[in-house]
Amino acid sequence: MTDLLYTDVEESLRSSVRSTLQRSLDEGLPARLYDEPDTDVSALWQALAGQLGLAGLLVPESLGGVGAGAREAAVVLEELGRAVAPVPFLTSAVIATTALLQAGDEQHLPTLASGERTAVLVLPWTARRGAWSAVSGSAEPVAGALGADLFLVPTTGEGGGTSLRAYGRDEVELEPIVSLDMTRPLARVTVTGQGDEIASGAGAEAAVDAALAAGAALLASEQLGLAQWCLETTVEYAKTRVQFARPIGSFQAIKHRLADLYLLLVSAQAAARQAAGTLADGDLRGAHAARGTHSVAPQGAAEQQIAQAVAQAFCSDAAVRAAEEALQLHGGIGMTWEAPVHTRLKRAKADQLALGTPDRHRSDLAVLVDLPAS
Amino acid sequence: MSDQQQSPDLQQRVDDLLASHDPETTPPAIFLGAQYDAGLAWVHFPQGRGGLGLSRGRQVEVDERLEAAGAPRPDFARNSIGLGMAAPTILAFGSQELQERYLRPLFACTEIWCQLFSEPGAGSDLAAVATRAVPDGDEWVVDGQKVWTSGAHNADFAILVARTDTSVPKHAGLTYFLVDMRDPGIEIRPLRQITGEAEFNEVFLTGVRVPDHNRVGTVGEGWKVATTTLNNERVAISAGNDREAGQIGLVTERWRTDPSVRTPGNHTELMQWWVETEVTRLAGERLRQGLEAGQPGPESSAMKLAFAQQAQQVTGFALELAPEEGLTYHDWTMVRPEGGSFLGHGPGFRYLRAKGNSIEGGTSEIMRNIVAERVLGLPPDHRPDKGIPFKDVPR
Repeated sequence: MTDLLYTDVEESLRSSVRSTLQRSLDEGLPARLYDEPDTDVSALWQALAGQLGLAGLLVPESLGGVGAGAREAAVVLEELGRAVAPVPFLTSAVIATTALLQAGDEQHLPTLASGERTAVLVLPWTARRGAWSAVSGSAEPVAGALGADLFLVPTTGEGGGTSLRAYGRDEVELEPIVSLDMTRPLARVTVTGQGDEIASGAGAEAAVDAALAAGAALLASEQLGLAQWCLETTVEYAKTRVQFARPIGSFQAIKHRLADLYLLLVSAQAAARQAAGTLADGDLRGAHAARGTHSVAPQGAAEQQIAQAVAQAFCSDAAVRAAEEALQLHGGIGMTWEAPVHTRLKRAKADQLALGTPDRHRSDLAVLVDLPAS
Repeated sequence: MSDQQQSPDLQQRVDDLLASHDPETTPPAIFLGAQYDAGLAWVHFPQGRGGLGLSRGRQVEVDERLEAAGAPRPDFARNSIGLGMAAPTILAFGSQELQERYLRPLFACTEIWCQLFSEPGAGSDLAAVATRAVPDGDEWVVDGQKVWTSGAHNADFAILVARTDTSVPKHAGLTYFLVDMRDPGIEIRPLRQITGEAEFNEVFLTGVRVPDHNRVGTVGEGWKVATTTLNNERVAISAGNDREAGQIGLVTERWRTDPSVRTPGNHTELMQWWVETEVTRLAGERLRQGLEAGQPGPESSAMKLAFAQQAQQVTGFALELAPEEGLTYHDWTMVRPEGGSFLGHGPGFRYLRAKGNSIEGGTSEIMRNIVAERVLGLPPDHRPDKGIPFKDVPR
């Protein structure tokens, strides 16, 4: 059974990330990005990527990374989710990095690991393992493309198979899209250059699938962190907001909703830890070291996929519900632009649609656990 | 790690037990008595009290070995109150004498226990119990009425909360006792449930005499003692490990074997419950890992909520899945079962029995209050009886 708790190392990573965010992320920044999308947020990423080494968390030490695993990345995402931090950790340091690792790349990973450059896997943000198609010409809506330096695009190769190609910034055109969640803004990406092939055929497909699977597995931790912020913030509000001469948190109508939310998050935490833990158990660094001899046993691979589908089906809805409850229980204040609740609601709803909706993940799960639809 | 140093011989002790008592042929009571004597009943209990003073999580090592060897297990269905509630309470608050007298036969299930807590006027508000215990020499005389007493008709002993002082606020006037259910002052009447069965009883106590040495904790300390017991009950109800265990397993088995139940609407609902029960299983596993690592989580109260919700929804869904069968019922004949069962009989019984899951052992509403106040730290609700002597509280 996978370890579902947090290790001391993970907890200490958490507190480093949290204190860096407290220092470097102005609380008003997420809301400001809706009015001023061009705000320069690169200093925040530099603090996290450079000083803490988060950009290379999943990259082996031999390629200039930290050589950590999915469990550590999950803890980082919990903290980034709490703060709705506008940084490309998930899109570059998890998803694009996983694609490159799986493809056996040694050229680009060192520059990503150092935080010098960021990369993006160019597919619609709704794509999931086994449910994407090669890009012809352009793709949208793509998350993490604005500000990226390296564009990984699954295309159709000359023989008709998949060719995963890398393009530089001058080989693509980017058109920003007004997004529901402007803290992770979307774009239309059009390929204009030739690019270089990174992987082809089954290898390319495996790299894209691995990247999307890792993204989905770890997005659950971002959703968990966001939901925990919503619960904690709302509990504090209910303790201090007085109506009818008593804190509103003393009314059972409020209490019971928060107790139900707590239960939901205890459950979401277990689901997210299971997804991160099983992903770490089938470590991709192993695949990188000995390409072609993937270390995950069939049984382990199935458990990994079940855990990912369960975590996405559950945590996506849990985060949305947490944000919706936070808004309602803050009353009129929750509806204002000034209160930070709306930035969490927008991220939660966008996250629910990202990397496969809960409904799609339940459909995948039905196949995995042999409960056919008909 | 210090546990390992204290007892390098846990596996050796299991080996010795299995060597001296053939698990296949030794009568259960004899085997369980020997398991108790070897300190393998509850390894977290002290030596001489069925344990070895190890961490609670290490019991798994013993139980897995014994299960693999096909050894007899304590009868949780019949003696859940004894094993889950009486034993830890007697250990925590009982005198040496009580521990020596009661723990061993309790574990061997040669003595069965029941719980005399709830009353017609004290359900969720358990601290409002009105059953009186009045001192008489070195005995107490108990008069009152208890209700929802599972298995009273099979029980040898009971744990009892009674009022010993009405002049102080409700929580301060309670005392905890161990009572012999064969006392002539005890009358047990079956209480029939919506399932047709009578798992429960009403218990009338008239002039029941309890020796003072059967008191657990000091006079007036009964609330604290009882609360410990209730927490144990909640942990016991929350346990469960395998994927697709419980009600969901019955539904998935039907789904896989009977294509006629597969409609799009049913599939959507099935997958939602599958995910929810799987996540609750993982949360239970996470709780267990925390306990094993010496970090007991506060989430067990919340887990009971999830368990009740899912059991009720999934058993209801099971009826809709096979409507012709759902219209039937296995048997309405009034019986008094040996122990509670959530999975037995037909789908109609399971549906009706699950309704009790959000009431027994603390209603879901009370559990939400506990989570909100003790875990989240929200302010307490308005309580008009606070600080008022019990005799002056309107009832």
